[in-house]
Amino acid sequence: MGILNLLRRNSFEHGVHPQQHKELTCRLPIRRLPFAPVLIVPLSQHAGAPAVPLVRPGQEVVRGEPVASANGFVSAPMHAPATGVVESIQLMPSARGPKTESIIIHVYEGSSQEVLYSAPRDVDSMTPEAIIQAVQDSGMVGLGGAAFPTHVKMKPPPEHKVDTLVVNGCECEPYLTCDHRLMLERSDDLLAGIHIVMRALGVERAMIGIEDNKMDAVDVIAGRLPANSPISVHAVQTKYPQGAEKMLIESLLGRRVPSGSFPSAVGVSVFNVSTLAQIGALLPVGQGVIERVVTVTGPGVQHPGNYLVPVGTPVRFLLEFAGSTPQAHELILGGPMMGMSVASLDVPVTKAVSGMVLLEASDADLREAKVQPCIRCAYCVEACPMHLNPSTLGLLAAKGEYETMAKQFHLNDCFECGCCSYVCPSNIPLVQYFRIAKAINREKAA
Amino acid sequence: MDSKLKIELRTSPHLKQAVTVEQIMRNVVYALLPVCAFAVYVFGISVLALLMVTTLTCVLGEALFCRLSGRPNTVNDWSIVITGLLLGLTLPPGFPLWMAAVAAFVAVGLGKALFGGLGYNVMNPALVGRAFVQAAFPVAITTWTPAFLDRRFTEFIPSTLTAPFMQPPALGDWIEQSRVDAFSGATPLALQKFEQIITPAGDLFTGMTAGSAGETSALIILAGGLYLAARRMMDWRIPVGVLLGAALTSLPFWLMDSVQYPDPLFVLFSGGLMLGAVFMASDMVASPVTPRGVWIYSLFIGVLTVIIRLFGGLTEGVMYAILLGNAISPLIATVTQPRVFGAAGKGPRT
Repeated sequence: MGILNLLRRNSFEHGVHPQQHKELTCRLPIRRLPFAPVLIVPLSQHAGAPAVPLVRPGQEVVRGEPVASANGFVSAPMHAPATGVVESIQLMPSARGPKTESIIIHVYEGSSQEVLYSAPRDVDSMTPEAIIQAVQDSGMVGLGGAAFPTHVKMKPPPEHKVDTLVVNGCECEPYLTCDHRLMLERSDDLLAGIHIVMRALGVERAMIGIEDNKMDAVDVIAGRLPANSPISVHAVQTKYPQGAEKMLIESLLGRRVPSGSFPSAVGVSVFNVSTLAQIGALLPVGQGVIERVVTVTGPGVQHPGNYLVPVGTPVRFLLEFAGSTPQAHELILGGPMMGMSVASLDVPVTKAVSGMVLLEASDADLREAKVQPCIRCAYCVEACPMHLNPSTLGLLAAKGEYETMAKQFHLNDCFECGCCSYVCPSNIPLVQYFRIAKAINREKAA
Repeated sequence: MDSKLKIELRTSPHLKQAVTVEQIMRNVVYALLPVCAFAVYVFGISVLALLMVTTLTCVLGEALFCRLSGRPNTVNDWSIVITGLLLGLTLPPGFPLWMAAVAAFVAVGLGKALFGGLGYNVMNPALVGRAFVQAAFPVAITTWTPAFLDRRFTEFIPSTLTAPFMQPPALGDWIEQSRVDAFSGATPLALQKFEQIITPAGDLFTGMTAGSAGETSALIILAGGLYLAARRMMDWRIPVGVLLGAALTSLPFWLMDSVQYPDPLFVLFSGGLMLGAVFMASDMVASPVTPRGVWIYSLFIGVLTVIIRLFGGLTEGVMYAILLGNAISPLIATVTQPRVFGAAGKGPRT
């Protein structure tokens, strides 16, 4: 089966086909969301060291002004999403669970959408080093959800020769359409961003991968590309997790990133379309990341849409704006396959939040079904894109043999896409077991 | 609005494919029903009674063992119904009902409950039950009756209604009275093995022969298998591997001596091979989870079946081949772990 897929169209082996539900929002143009009265800007919205605040309580900030600076290379600065006054810097709930230090900004009524804080520059004359610095200064992180500081990925280890920029426009999570709309409406920014990053990486070609449920986006971008452009656009099979970088690299280039390595080991760097579109829009004007497109959707939402949301907007505000149904049951930041359930409505939208999905009881209750013994149907083995054996891993996890899982069954290759739990007819919480196992192994190692 | 919104907290994934254990098992039952119906059509009310007794005993046994062991009652996951139907289908049509009940009780008790119930059984429970009665009642389990008797819907085969703990009567006179032309009381496999008489493959395919209740029509069994494979509720590689293994093993012998050894087509469509390949070897619980392991397991069963048939004292080898395959399937799974994505070196991708 897998081999046939590979022959037929660009794809990878295994994976799953959840219902798309993208029709709820895929035709709705991006709309700007008004400012919430209070914005919560966490200092740690990215992988790496938290940013260091540059402002004090009581200080006035202008939309676009830096409010926190990067702490070291693997870190990213923050910018004020709106004009207002800093009320305090305090611990606030986060989507990940533990409270994080956040800058609370009271937005002035009538705060302008215009970004006054900018420094236009000629990107074409900048050196790769200057571009990388400018990307860090903009506070750019992987906007697809990983939130890894973008400039770090632009400096691959010297022993790795990167020859291809892979642009990730898969958006394989069900429900989400923010990248889709971005590709349709902001393809100029996207192409500008691709050119900038190509120059910084020193690569000769870029390949855009888009799932074939978004052929309109493929056509729009293909229409913008001149003949013999170094950029090419490719439709890839609609299959979860096509947008996982290792899967996309295999689909587009047929290269397999070695177990435990980064994509640069096979000469590839992967960037998400929304990251590149923001780079294309922000770098020439010298501004920072202060807003992003968020798909607010799901059966529990009354007015689904793709909203341009200021970073730091509390989920509560988004929810009031879009409206929820009485049956709304579960609130997810990100996509439903890998996103996080939110415990508090004070959790803010951060740079890497691509969607807010509100599921109703009937959807969510499927997971309430009781856990049954593993019947060794091998659905999970056939679903795992990393070719692990979740069935055996699950049995080991139930016995607490976490080290065996890592040493003999490649636990650390699991990137927690959730395909195993999704297909399991016995409702065994496989990926949930694996997360715990990994965390315990990390703790033991530390 | 907060008061209205009651939010659940869960970890991802928040979506779930809607296929459950119950659905898989129920669909296997659906696929088995035509096989059962055809068996009743061919052999009459005796087989109907046989299937009802095995299934009911299995269901009651499951309920009893769940209660004894303090586990939640798992009757409604449908898996025990599969065991009951399959067991009935592997028995001779005139098998005494009390012996069938013993077989069913052993199947559910020794084959399933002893190991901890669904998901933990090492071997296919139905075959465990059948193996037990094969050893316990060697005569009854090799007493065959003709297909398509005129009175099959009005009259039980005499041995069916044997009183509990009694030996069934000999059927020779009864069969003679039934005046079936040229019926020797032998299955196609026995005819081939001891008299080198080959039953035409067409008759085997459509089920016009003697044999166990459910091992008659390859066509209906295959249709059920296709249904399950299309719904991804059965691994298509298992029946394919078993049949391939059997055909490839019998081919060279047939080429060497086509009188003594049966042709591969006969091998595929005779006896319980088709039923075993499609419905029993494919038992999810007792087969390996690894893709390469599935091929090794199924080919092993196919090869072993033919070896037992050709060189063993028994006419049929499917049952023991599958039980042995089940027994080594954990070992097969251990040595055929999938190659992780991006593992160093070349080799099978799955």
